[in-house]
Amino acid sequence: MRFLAALGRPVLALLAAIGRVAIFAADAVSHLARPPWYPREFAVALVNVGYLSLPVVALTAVFTGGALALQIYSGGARFSAEAVVPQIVAIGMVRELGPVLVGLMIAARVTSSIAAEIATMKVTEQIDALVTLSTHPAKYLTLPRVVAGTLAVPLLVGVGDIIGIMGGFLVGTGPLGFNAASYLHNTINFLEAPDIWSSLAKGAVFGFIATLMGCYFGMNSGRGAQGVGSATKGSVEAAAVLILAANFILTSLFFSA
Amino acid sequence: MIALKDVHKSFGSNQVLRGANLSVGRGESMVVIGGSGTGKSVLLKCILGLIRPDAGTITVDDRDVLKQARDPFLARFGMLFQGGALFDSLPVWQNVSFRLLRGALKRPRDEARSIAIDKLGRVGLGPDVADLYPAELSGGMQKRVGLARAIAADPGIIFFDEPTTGLDPIMAGVINALIREIVVEMGATAVTITHDMSSVRAIADKVAMLHGGKVRWTGPVTEIDHSGDPYLDQFIHGRADGPIASVR
Repeated sequence: MRFLAALGRPVLALLAAIGRVAIFAADAVSHLARPPWYPREFAVALVNVGYLSLPVVALTAVFTGGALALQIYSGGARFSAEAVVPQIVAIGMVRELGPVLVGLMIAARVTSSIAAEIATMKVTEQIDALVTLSTHPAKYLTLPRVVAGTLAVPLLVGVGDIIGIMGGFLVGTGPLGFNAASYLHNTINFLEAPDIWSSLAKGAVFGFIATLMGCYFGMNSGRGAQGVGSATKGSVEAAAVLILAANFILTSLFFSA
Repeated sequence: MIALKDVHKSFGSNQVLRGANLSVGRGESMVVIGGSGTGKSVLLKCILGLIRPDAGTITVDDRDVLKQARDPFLARFGMLFQGGALFDSLPVWQNVSFRLLRGALKRPRDEARSIAIDKLGRVGLGPDVADLYPAELSGGMQKRVGLARAIAADPGIIFFDEPTTGLDPIMAGVINALIREIVVEMGATAVTITHDMSSVRAIADKVAMLHGGKVRWTGPVTEIDHSGDPYLDQFIHGRADGPIASVR
């Protein structure tokens, strides 16, 4: 019995946590249909999540695309398949590495920032102050960030995909000696529409997860500096794991034969 | 006007309120005193509905606070938080006029700014402060901005949570005087929680002492020095010896 109890406790705790996050998400999303809305907060969140993440996304993508080209070239050389570098870089970046790396970079940059900001607001009573000023925290803080994440991250993924392919192109046409026109031709001809929309759909899901986790952990932060630290750490861990799990599920849905 | 009857609130095994009763009349300035951790802030947050009591009833104008539409109910209140609770991301004037820039009390932006500058003037701050951010202000200025925000929409009820904590004695005196002036001028009902006896004497019409989760003594401020209550005597004189256990 003790063994069963020891097994059951973490399962129940996990189910309770899933329930709490689901209720939190449903409450936030339900405010989409209930004015007032806060366009200024949405615009600020859009800039923070989208525009200001562009440099880190671009750098991550260009280096990953370049490294991928080198790996495929050297790996492909083992069975005389060096020529497939453009195709594999394109499909690897668009289907997997683009969305996943952008999602993880957003988890590192945006989720942590949202969690720390909202947790600090909580411990300094700014959330209570919002309520006393007749402003619903889910409407004012959570909804704008979650909507901005869901809309901006697919665009970042699109940019990351293109820059990643460009990274592969630069390495492929430089050190690896591919012909530029033929590299581009092979890349464009190989990609299909489902590769692209699945990439953008993953971006939307990852953006939702990343911003939701930041808001959830921030709103449920403990007291003091330690509470803010724990909320920030927990939000990034949860966002990263959920993004990878969601990636597996979405890939299974989109591409399982 | 504000009435608490047999209010209980626990956090886990920690019973903070154990049957608190309190009555605050319209236009009255009630100051709630008590040691740290006696539930003063919890009491205020229960009245505002930020915390739901486990048992008991809280009414404002004979209406249960938990059975009222939240926005119109909260629109009647202003609150000065202990640390100011100013929004870091907004300039001072937008903090002050926060309620006037959105929701049911929304005004045109120019008008809201003008009201904010007027309220800042009321608490002794010039228009040059309006465009600064909270992080650029001293603790005393932050309290004043918090006070300006609390009175910005001319509320009928104002709560002050430890208004002088962290301030030097002179600034504390200035804030106490401002609170008293504003409460009298607006005719507002005020509930203040504090440890600071100079605040009690400056702000209060009536005093309630919270101890052991209950209101132990309540009466006019003029009677606190000869109440005959050993708990109140120990507290107002700051004695280590007495019925209130102290940790040395």
